[in-house]
Amino acid sequence: MADSELIFKPAAELAALLAAKQLSSVELTQALIARTRAVDDRVRAFNSFDEADALAQARASDARRAAGQARGALDGLPVGFKDVIAVAGQPLTCSSRMLANFVSPYDATVTRKLKDAGAIPWGRLNMDEFAMGSSTENSAFHQTANPWDLERVPGGSSGGAAAAVAAGEAPLALGSDTGGSVRQPASFCGVVGLKPTYGLVSRYGLVAFASSLDQIGPLARTVEDVAMLLGAIAGHDPLDSTSYPAPVPDYCAELRVRPGPWKLGVPKEYFGAGLDAEVGGAVQAAIEFYRGTGCEIREVSLPVASSYAVAAYYIIATAEASSNLARYDGVRYGHRAAEATGAVDLYFKSRAEGFGPEVKRRIILGTHMLSSGYYDAYYLRAQKVRTLIRNDFLRAFQEVDALLAPVAPTAAFKIGEKASDPLAMYLSDIYTISLNLAGLPGISIPCGFTRGGLPVGLQIIGQPFQEARLLAIARAYEQGHGWRGRHPTL
Amino acid sequence: MANPTDIDIDYVANLARLALTAQEKETFSRQLGDVLRYVEKLGEVDVSQVEPTAHAFPLCNIWADDVPLPGLSVEAALRNAPEQRDNMVVVPIVVE
Repeated sequence: MADSELIFKPAAELAALLAAKQLSSVELTQALIARTRAVDDRVRAFNSFDEADALAQARASDARRAAGQARGALDGLPVGFKDVIAVAGQPLTCSSRMLANFVSPYDATVTRKLKDAGAIPWGRLNMDEFAMGSSTENSAFHQTANPWDLERVPGGSSGGAAAAVAAGEAPLALGSDTGGSVRQPASFCGVVGLKPTYGLVSRYGLVAFASSLDQIGPLARTVEDVAMLLGAIAGHDPLDSTSYPAPVPDYCAELRVRPGPWKLGVPKEYFGAGLDAEVGGAVQAAIEFYRGTGCEIREVSLPVASSYAVAAYYIIATAEASSNLARYDGVRYGHRAAEATGAVDLYFKSRAEGFGPEVKRRIILGTHMLSSGYYDAYYLRAQKVRTLIRNDFLRAFQEVDALLAPVAPTAAFKIGEKASDPLAMYLSDIYTISLNLAGLPGISIPCGFTRGGLPVGLQIIGQPFQEARLLAIARAYEQGHGWRGRHPTL
Repeated sequence: MANPTDIDIDYVANLARLALTAQEKETFSRQLGDVLRYVEKLGEVDVSQVEPTAHAFPLCNIWADDVPLPGLSVEAALRNAPEQRDNMVVVPIVVE
């Protein structure tokens, strides 16, 4: 079949073709390489990719299959990796000059699980530096463009991952989400992105930004594909002491046996001023769709989350980041300043040279929040507000199965539009951030386009560890609409 | 809440071991001042009876068996060292 069909096929279909030997992993990988070579000069989703390695993995997969030893649905499928997740022998740059030449000596747990499943790590995807940003404009290397409009941002911080999937450069990708960094770029790029419940997916091998908020999340073009990828990476890991010892369901099987209807909550505070009319309209239409299929729609209230989540987040996340990024000192790895008058001077200069401005801003803010005299007023207070934010959601979940909300206040904005106002950028995280604070799972699925042709995402917020139900609710909407059949013209 | 003053950027940058240019100090002070003024709103929240949350689903006392497992080889561990000699990382002098 033509490459142009192949590159946009859902991963589940590709897996079926591979299993039926109507397609080889080498053919598929070659098609994705060709697509990447054809469009990435404009999309710029990748920091780097290793064609020879990908093809070698593809040949190994085909050989396994020929010997009757295929490992399952993911065997032979390339998966793009945000450049923040460790793959042994591949660069791990976090899109930062601090790690521009760093090669990972080990595999993340999610990497090991995917390799065990026969999946092929495919390339290193661009991001906001150290996952700090909402547009991929903070990458120290280059700007990734939104495949739907190359003058607009793909979102962030997993902008490269979302753009690559939207542009047909990869059928599946892994990103990371600390304040919305999988869901928001998924929304801006018209793909599906899920942030798991905190603790569902191991953080071992995920370069740490904010340890109590970070989660690795799958991106793909369909809900079923996200379910497939989630199933492969989820599960307790003894190497991550924050990973939760909960059993992992077969998400793909669960999708088929949960037809609904459901009780769905709509947070009343999320539809006020600041929400773009077209985005709000698309989300309201989605709510009406669910009502039309027999779901009960109830208004709920999230008073603390809606007013205070951004403030609490930018205290907690920056505080944790200031601690996590203290390891970059030019000593054992990473950028080392060429001229230093001694060990301590080495730290000052290596860090000044290695970090970009947004990273520096957040380190300074976080250090301030934790410093003597300020800790109680800022960090401790923010942690208490976090309890109240979590309680907002738990109270709502006593009445409903899930919540429906926007992902972002607008569709993708133009490159450069928000870059000079950090606070404005922070405020745009309003709908996604509270899930990270509360540890809840959330998914962004395409729910329409603006008049200008930009994708709009619907966010569905789930109860803790209820990803199976969350995915089923998402799929019910997806099956009733044709958004996944639309692709950017490049 | 503490009476907000602007960040003592010299003090904080020193704690964070970040050498900032004069321009950066001025720009960051202004930008972070905006953020600080914004987060002041947390002072409106009554947190008097509230426990802090550090982990959404607290796990306590996660034990590992005291069994030695292989770690990184010396070669792997030093692969990214800026300068090395005799299986050691070379650093500027720390103590005179």
